[in-house]
Amino acid sequence: MELAIRRQLVPRLIGAVPRAGWVALAALGLVAFVILPALHLLAPAGSRLHVSAYVITVGGKIMCYAIVAVALDLIWGYGGILSLGHGLFFALGGYAFGMYLMRSIGREGVYQADLPDFMVFLDWKSLPWYWRGTDHAPWAFLLVVAVPALLALVFGLFAFRSRIRGVYFSIITQALTFAAMLFFFRNETGFGGNNGFTDFKRIMGFSVTAPSTRVVLFVLTAAMLAATLVATRYLVRSKFGRILTAIRDSESRVMFLGYDPLPYKLFAWTVSAVLCAVAGALYVPQVGIINPSEMSPGNSIEIAIWVAVGGRGTLVGAVVGAALVNLAKSWFTAAFPEYWLFFLGLLFILVTRFMPEGVVGLGRRLLGGRPA
Amino acid sequence: MSAARLSPGGGGSVLESASMVHVAERGVLDATHRVILYLEGITVSFDGFRALNQLTLYVEKGELRCVIGPNGAGKTTMMDVITGKTRPESGTAFFGQTMDLTRMSEAEIAHAGIGRKFQKPTVFERHTVFENLELALKADRRVRASLFARLRDDARDRIAEMLRFIRLAEEADRPAGLLSHGQKQWLEIGMLLVQEPQLLLLDEPVAGMSDDETERTAELIASLAGKHSVVVVEHDMEFIARLGGKVTVLDEGAVLAEGTLQAVQDDPRVVEVYLGR
Repeated sequence: MELAIRRQLVPRLIGAVPRAGWVALAALGLVAFVILPALHLLAPAGSRLHVSAYVITVGGKIMCYAIVAVALDLIWGYGGILSLGHGLFFALGGYAFGMYLMRSIGREGVYQADLPDFMVFLDWKSLPWYWRGTDHAPWAFLLVVAVPALLALVFGLFAFRSRIRGVYFSIITQALTFAAMLFFFRNETGFGGNNGFTDFKRIMGFSVTAPSTRVVLFVLTAAMLAATLVATRYLVRSKFGRILTAIRDSESRVMFLGYDPLPYKLFAWTVSAVLCAVAGALYVPQVGIINPSEMSPGNSIEIAIWVAVGGRGTLVGAVVGAALVNLAKSWFTAAFPEYWLFFLGLLFILVTRFMPEGVVGLGRRLLGGRPA
Repeated sequence: MSAARLSPGGGGSVLESASMVHVAERGVLDATHRVILYLEGITVSFDGFRALNQLTLYVEKGELRCVIGPNGAGKTTMMDVITGKTRPESGTAFFGQTMDLTRMSEAEIAHAGIGRKFQKPTVFERHTVFENLELALKADRRVRASLFARLRDDARDRIAEMLRFIRLAEEADRPAGLLSHGQKQWLEIGMLLVQEPQLLLLDEPVAGMSDDETERTAELIASLAGKHSVVVVEHDMEFIARLGGKVTVLDEGAVLAEGTLQAVQDDPRVVEVYLGR
C-alpha cells in the first residue's frame, strides 16, 4: 500500500500541473538555470548581453518573495486563513541560516575573534546554548525547517483549536510577529539586536560575493520556487485541497460531514510556514543581511498585498503579484521614496475594489476562461 | 455510563442493562435495544429562555419520525443537541447504547453515523456537485488519507448512483452554487446518504420547494425509512401526512403529544397550541 502510493506519487505530481504550467515552468527553468547564469558568468562585463550581479540578486530576492507569496496563497486563497504574520516565519528561516553564516565568518570579523562580532561587542565569553552546532550546515538546515515548523504547529494548534477565525486570527498573527520583532531587537537575546546578522564571508566554504556563488544561490532559489509551485499545486488539487477549500467556504458543513477541520488547517498552516522559512534561508545569503525589521507587521501585510494583486487562490497569481509589486517598489522607492506606502495602500484598495481576482483573474476573464 | 440510564425498551431495568456487557467500542453504534436515539430530560437555556425543557424522546431503528411544533418550540435546538452543536445543561443524549453525544465533537458525531441537513441548504457552492458528493462519501476522514486519496471505481459508481437517485446526474460537473434551491436541498440529502448514516436529521427539507419538488422529496424520504432512521422537522402538514410515520409535537421545549398524525391532530392540547395563538 505504502509502496504503491510512492510509486504513484511521481506521475500524480506530474499530472497535478496542467501542460501549460509545465511549459511555463520549463521556460522559467531555461531562463533561470541556463540563460541568466550564462549571461552573468560568461558575457564580458562591458557587453550588452551581460547580466549584472544586481539583476541576479534582485531576481533571486523576488523569487524568495514569490515562494512566500505562494505559501500565503495556500492558506489564505485556499484555506481562508489570512495570516498577517508570515514575515515571521520567513525571518526565522533567515535567522536560523544566518546563524550558520555568522559562524562561517570564523576569525575574519572585525574583532578577529571566535565569537561573532556582536557577541564580542557585548563582552560575551562563550556562545549561548542555542548557537551550539550552528557552525555545521546540516544542523542549520534542520533549524531552518524545525524551528518555524514547531512555532507554527504550537501557535496553530492553540489558535485553531480555540476556533479563532477571520480578522481575529489575522490580528493575533500581527501581534505574534510584532512580539518576535521586539524579542529579536534586544541585544541580550543573542541575535545581534537591531543590526541583526551581516558581513557574511563564506557559505559552505565559498565566498558569498563570488559570481558563481550568487548564480548557484539564484539557481537553487528558482528550483525551490518551481518545487513549491508543483507541491502546492498537487496539494490544492488533491482531496486534501478540496477539503481545505470546503473548510474555507463552510467549516460547519465540513464538521457535520465527519471531518475534523483542525488537522487540515494545521497541516496547511505548517507547510506554509516551512515554505516561508526555506525562502528566508535562501534570501539571507543573497541579500547579505537579516535584521528584525523583516518581522515588522508592515512587511507581513505587504505579503498579503502581493497575493491580492496577483489573484488569490491561483498560486501562479502569487508569483505574478510578488514580482509586479516588488518591481514597482524598486522603481518607486528610487523615484518617489516617500510616497511608496501611499501607493501601496492605494494599490490594495484599487485591486480589492476593481480586481477582486487580481491580475490572474483579470487575465482569465479577458481570455474568457472559467474562474478557478 | 449506560447503567445510569433507564433502559427505554420498557422491560429492561437499570440492573439488567448494567449486567449486559456492552463492549463500548468507540464510534461503533450499538442499537441492540431497537432504539437508536435516546434523549432524556434534556434542558437547554439561552439567557434564561428555556429552549428545551426536560425533553425526552426516543427514536427507533429504521423509524421515520416527524417532529412538528410552533416556532420556538425547540425543534432546531433539539437537532443542535443531537449533533453536538449545543451542549445541554442537563439530561442525557445517547446514540445507541454506548455513545454519549454530549461528550462528542460535531465531527465525531457525524463520523459515528448521524447526518444532518440544515434548514437553509448548505452545500459547498464553489465545488462541483460531484465533488460535494465525493467529500461526503464515506471514507477515511484523516489528513494523511486525503493527501493520497484516489477515487476508486466503486466510489465513482456509488456517486453516480446517488446522482441518479437525487436526479442531478446532468449537473454533476456544475458548481453547486448554480443549482436551484430545490436541487441544493436534494444535493444535501444526497451528501447525507453517501455518508451512510444510521440516523438522518432533516430540518425542513421541503422549505421553499414547489409542489412537484415537495412530492418527489416525500417519495425520496419515505424510501429511506427502514434502512435509516429519519427524523424530519417540518411545518407542512400535507407533507407530513404523505410521509406517514409517528409524529411528535413539541411545545415550549417539551413533548406535548406523540402518535399518529390523526391522533395528534385530534388532541385538544395540540389544537390549542396551534390555534390558540
